[in-house]
Amino acid sequence: MTTPPIIGVDRSRLPDSRSVPRFTFPAVQKSVLENGLRVWSVRHDGVPLIGFLLIVKRGAADDPPGKEGLAAITADMLDEGTGVWSAIEVHKEIARIGAQFDIDIGADATLVGLTALSRFAGQGLELLASVAARPTLAEADFVRVRQLRLNRLIQLRDMAGVVADRAFARLLYGDSPYGHTPLGSETSLTALTVDDVRAFHARLLRPDAATLIAVGDCDHDTIRQLAGSAFGAWTPGAEPAPDGRDTIARPARLNIVPRAGAPQSELRVGHVAVARSTPDYHALVAANMVLGGQYVSRINMNLRADKGITYGAGTSFDFRRRPGPFTLKASVDSRATATAIHESMLEIAAIRGERPVSADELAVGVAALTRGYARNFETSDQIARAVAQLALYDLPDDYYSLFVPRVESLTPEEVMAAAARHLDPDRLTTLVVGDEAAFGQDLARLNLGAPAIVSADSI
Amino acid sequence: MNIPFTKHTLANGLDVLLHEDHSCPIIAVNIWYHVGSKNETPGHTGFAHLFEHLMFEGSEHHDSGFFQPLQAAGASLNGSTSADRTNYWEVVPSGALELALWMESDRMGYLLPALTQQKFSNQRDVVLNERRQNYENRPYGLASMAMLAALFPPDHPYHWTTIGEVADLQAAKLDEVQQFFRRYYHPANASIALAGDIDQEAALALVRAYFEPIEAGALVEPVRAAASIDAERRVLLEDRVELPRLYIAWLTPPMFEAGDADLDLATDLLANGKTSRLYKRLVYEERIATDVSASQNSREIAGFVQLAATAAPGHTLVELERVIMEEIARLAAEGPTVDELARGRVHSETQFVLRLQTVGGFGGKSDQLNAYNVLLGDADFFERDLARYQQATAPSLQDAVARYLVPGRRITMSVVPRGRIDLAIPDSTLVSVS
Repeated sequence: MTTPPIIGVDRSRLPDSRSVPRFTFPAVQKSVLENGLRVWSVRHDGVPLIGFLLIVKRGAADDPPGKEGLAAITADMLDEGTGVWSAIEVHKEIARIGAQFDIDIGADATLVGLTALSRFAGQGLELLASVAARPTLAEADFVRVRQLRLNRLIQLRDMAGVVADRAFARLLYGDSPYGHTPLGSETSLTALTVDDVRAFHARLLRPDAATLIAVGDCDHDTIRQLAGSAFGAWTPGAEPAPDGRDTIARPARLNIVPRAGAPQSELRVGHVAVARSTPDYHALVAANMVLGGQYVSRINMNLRADKGITYGAGTSFDFRRRPGPFTLKASVDSRATATAIHESMLEIAAIRGERPVSADELAVGVAALTRGYARNFETSDQIARAVAQLALYDLPDDYYSLFVPRVESLTPEEVMAAAARHLDPDRLTTLVVGDEAAFGQDLARLNLGAPAIVSADSI
Repeated sequence: MNIPFTKHTLANGLDVLLHEDHSCPIIAVNIWYHVGSKNETPGHTGFAHLFEHLMFEGSEHHDSGFFQPLQAAGASLNGSTSADRTNYWEVVPSGALELALWMESDRMGYLLPALTQQKFSNQRDVVLNERRQNYENRPYGLASMAMLAALFPPDHPYHWTTIGEVADLQAAKLDEVQQFFRRYYHPANASIALAGDIDQEAALALVRAYFEPIEAGALVEPVRAAASIDAERRVLLEDRVELPRLYIAWLTPPMFEAGDADLDLATDLLANGKTSRLYKRLVYEERIATDVSASQNSREIAGFVQLAATAAPGHTLVELERVIMEEIARLAAEGPTVDELARGRVHSETQFVLRLQTVGGFGGKSDQLNAYNVLLGDADFFERDLARYQQATAPSLQDAVARYLVPGRRITMSVVPRGRIDLAIPDSTLVSVS
């Protein structure tokens, strides 16, 4: 190495950054099998790995009324035996190729993923197809898995964050499809049968609602051939008609799940907001960055950096196929509960225009979204999950390549207007999971009416 | 398969590790300070971690938040504190490397002039809330504290957790912070790794320009301490939980020493995942537990294996303990099967390949180079690290289990719902954590 040049260090100002090269998302190659399964692949070299992700556009929102938790337990049953293999043997087969295997369930989709060394691509895909398309779904396994989920529900009673998430979904959405988390309840799980699971698998986890995504050291023709032999025999049953539930009762403004002696209050503030398909998507993502989507956002600066009453506070729009929730989440010192609610509501109201989003403030949020954008697509798993979003929300192939210029073109006025359209301070619902003795008297000054008490057992 | 790099040590003792990977237009900046909660003393716990918070509150030439300019440049960033070390990292777009180096060097060289009582008090409150959120208000969240306190004697630096004792945090003084900084936060006690879209020569020149003017401090002596367990000790902890959980722990070799990788493999085949012996018996066949897991916790001075299992409703911790000790005895007597050993090998190969996917963040390539450099003094250890797992044999694994997971030299801890000490393993001593 030659003698390095002398570089002057100027500590009177921060150095400027050079501009970021334009990001281009890799090409997605696409095929469709005869049974309707879409096979999409992206070449991603560098490390000898292949990642497969099967996404089916059916999730917990497809749970029939009274059968909350069915989609999740069906997903959970997939790897509990297939063909001649028991649950343990399925996992031994996965372990023999050293693969990482996981199943995820959300409101809108079920995902089954398998990542392995490239040399095991064929075996890995066969295993993925076996569990997803041909699970045994035996009665004895169902009883055991359901008992594990019931035990899990018992344990979750003590997790304030989970109690809050479950209660808040119920408050915002009532009996409609987003009114429960994928887990379901003790009552609904107890009422389920293995026939419910078999019917859900046959009728809802269907190849014509699914996309198989492959990312890694692979070419599309090989993947299509492998997918054809692994998934070709997967055929769907008749899909049930949608039940059309969409009525949502308006919840109380202020709700409490009592938790005696809790050192912190688990807080949720929000309302039903907007679907992923909204034309305001980019503006809302930017508005959220300013409001509560990053460390330097208004809400975290207010509650953590300024007041020190929380380890962190944040907001998010959960964009889904149907209108998802806008939610502020924080876990705050119990004694500061009323202050945290008051400040949160002020910040949410202010971003609609009362405290205008400045050009500088927006620039910070936009930069955080755009300048580091490339790092969201570093690993095969990140790319596969990005492609899954394209499949789930019917986004165009150039969606990721166009994201940065689209966000960079936003003005403070557009961002505030979108916030004003989709955030409504008068509709905000607040939920506190915490110890009323520590904050109960302070809540009156919030003028949100008498708090409704939500029993933890009723969730 | 490895992480190619060059190493340069500056005149002030700062180690610089450089790794080029141009597949993504980003650069990881990663700094390790060789200080953690093991450098604290009783009565002053929680200090290293509280200090990590203060590193984000501004330095002399940028006396405002650390996050703002970096997030505005598109960086992601974070830091963490463990018993052995504190790390800080940024992942920046290629064009923002100099900004990250400016910021990191300013807080390494010029933190104290910007440190005020107000920042200190505020961050102490944030840490107390972190403690409430992650320990006090989380089921079984206090178990790790109670277990460390039982495994290691009161003057051993692993006796306490990194979050620290509430009373110690409340008693902490600003001048102690200043002393702590001078002693541990200087180039000779640090290592910086850059990984990603760099030109090595230009990157080294920038690192020199920003870090070389910072004065070296006195060398930090390694912390030494001994611990031993000569009998089984049974303790019990009451917590806000629904189901009782059993924890069993043993003292084991430190990180990278003989037996460490074998115990990693052994805990996997015993208790992790659906193919493990204990999952099969406890959860799948006998259905007396809802979950089971285990890990070899490798640290610089000592290691410990901790195994945990939660009783299914209607079942007791005594039932769980019997099966767990039976399976450990069987593994110690018979060793692993050929199939178990083969699965362990391909699993570790895959895990190591997965580690090559990211340049930055916790566990990325820059973090790994620093880990090997700081903890072993040898950044070129990736392949040899994997070899430890590939070369484990049935006898070496069996020997490690027989030697370290000894029934009569363990801590057995029952965590039970408040008011239900009758659910604990008999003859357990009640302990509490503050």
